[in-house]
Amino acid sequence: MTYEELLTEIALKDERIIVMTAENRALIRNMPKNIGNRFIDTGITEQTMIGAAAGLALRGRIPVVHALASFLTMRAFEFIRTDLGISNLPVKLCGFIPGFLSDGNGPTHQAIEDVSLLRGIPNMQVFAPADENDLVAMLPEIINSKSPAYIRINHRKTDYQYNHTPFEIGKAEEISKGNDITFLVYGLLFENTMKAKAILEEQGYSVGLINIRSLKPIDEELILSIANETNLIVTVEDHFLTGGLYSILAEIFLKNKMTANVFPMALRERWFKPALLSEVLEYEEFTPEKIAEHSIRELELLLQKTI
Amino acid sequence: MDKTKIKELQELATRVREHIIRMSTNGGCFTGASLSCADLIVYLYSEYLNVNTNNLKDPNRDYLFLSKGHDVPALYGTLAELGFIEKDRLKNHLLTKDSIYWHPNVNIPGIEFHSGSLGHLPSVGIGVAMDCKLKNQTNRVIVITGDGEMNEGTFWEAILVANAYKLDNLVILVDRNHFQANIRTEDLIPLEPLVDKFKAFNCTVNRIDGHNFEALEAAFKGLKYDSGKVNVIIADTIRGKGLPSIEERADRWFCNFNADEIQDLLKELHGELNATLESETLIVR
Repeated sequence: MTYEELLTEIALKDERIIVMTAENRALIRNMPKNIGNRFIDTGITEQTMIGAAAGLALRGRIPVVHALASFLTMRAFEFIRTDLGISNLPVKLCGFIPGFLSDGNGPTHQAIEDVSLLRGIPNMQVFAPADENDLVAMLPEIINSKSPAYIRINHRKTDYQYNHTPFEIGKAEEISKGNDITFLVYGLLFENTMKAKAILEEQGYSVGLINIRSLKPIDEELILSIANETNLIVTVEDHFLTGGLYSILAEIFLKNKMTANVFPMALRERWFKPALLSEVLEYEEFTPEKIAEHSIRELELLLQKTI
Repeated sequence: MDKTKIKELQELATRVREHIIRMSTNGGCFTGASLSCADLIVYLYSEYLNVNTNNLKDPNRDYLFLSKGHDVPALYGTLAELGFIEKDRLKNHLLTKDSIYWHPNVNIPGIEFHSGSLGHLPSVGIGVAMDCKLKNQTNRVIVITGDGEMNEGTFWEAILVANAYKLDNLVILVDRNHFQANIRTEDLIPLEPLVDKFKAFNCTVNRIDGHNFEALEAAFKGLKYDSGKVNVIIADTIRGKGLPSIEERADRWFCNFNADEIQDLLKELHGELNATLESETLIVR
């Protein structure tokens, strides 16, 4: 089932759903004919779309709004914070091409601070599905939630077609446990991290893998238990180092007066090189091989220090 | 509108202005902007809007959104006079025990949505107006905006979208007091010819004297809600209206007067004296 098929099914069952877009229709092209005037395209007006979504929500609707992640979360940030955050209105913000998915567009389109920005808004929930199956598994719960939410839309079909478990808000998906290295990952990098895990396992390492899914609320309990069970945690994210998953871990550990060995793979104080996605992953060293290589190197350094 | 009604509205507006003056001390408020739109708000709540203390949750009520926000003392005063809130609550202005502060918030019965960040509520009004249309309801959505607020791009963006969706149930009421915060609009970011601008955006436009209840009545009763076009009423007003000592003065936007000045201003409102104001009140926020 695709994102559009599921959203159409949900909208047809529930009159409260209004599907909106700031003229980004790539994933919802058939919705106008399927849901009629509950499809509202406001044109290239991210801010007005958010304000109008607030008005619709005041009247009891659940607007599911779409725009490119960078313009949705940054151009319209103050509208999101002021019109949705302050009043805690259940508008669902669907950001297209977040992170590396903006591939060849260039830095204007790179939403790599979106997690940091959106999780800073009181009441706002933040989600990042690993692939299309995961998105479809997560969407009904997200729409059912009474909170405003931001979803890093990732509708990629992967070649491994991982069969994700049912979703619960605030819960991560534990793919495997491992004593040597545990990967914490969200979004499209789940695929390459899965493959990195396979490489490491072939070399005899015990590898854990967590699909974070829900960045806010975060699965604090699972993260704390992993910190006690594994030598090295590796966070893998197509986001600035500041404010993303690595920061979330730092906050959790400090709050619980503990520490852990965490190696972050993220973008450090710069935008990524624009190119086709496969090229970007190569250049920025997020291929399975590079993720595995960096992780082994960090683990070896750690073990040398311990000795 | 007969003379008795006009007198009744004028007296109500005077009582609302008294509330505004009384909120202009102990921290103060945006006195000038509140006084300019007092007659608009008094007229709408008394004569036009289908909203009262019994239908605040009724989906068929009319909606009023105060987009410029800092004129909210005029709304607090009107809501107190019309029984939406206890008049005594106005004494809680700027106290943490209540929610009566410089910008609107939904803890006050009768206030539909918070504002304060300019250029937001035209789009929130669009969402409400869209939903009324989707449900075939005939409620009206009125958004009061300031003229300085029309510097914001999102104001014009919202007008484009509203007309694209033929939201003729949306009324933009411009409190045209001719001032930005600190400077006359025409001396900073000129807006005229404003009627032409709205016409070019495909709105139905009317321009009236915003302190004349008969003119307000004629304009609102003449609105067409089946034209497919957003209705705009430009109400020419005077910032500080009712108090000659502060009317149209650039330095009387945010005012925080001392107790003696408040007493003098209350007398001035009733034509009993001209207040002499010592307080330095140009506070740029």
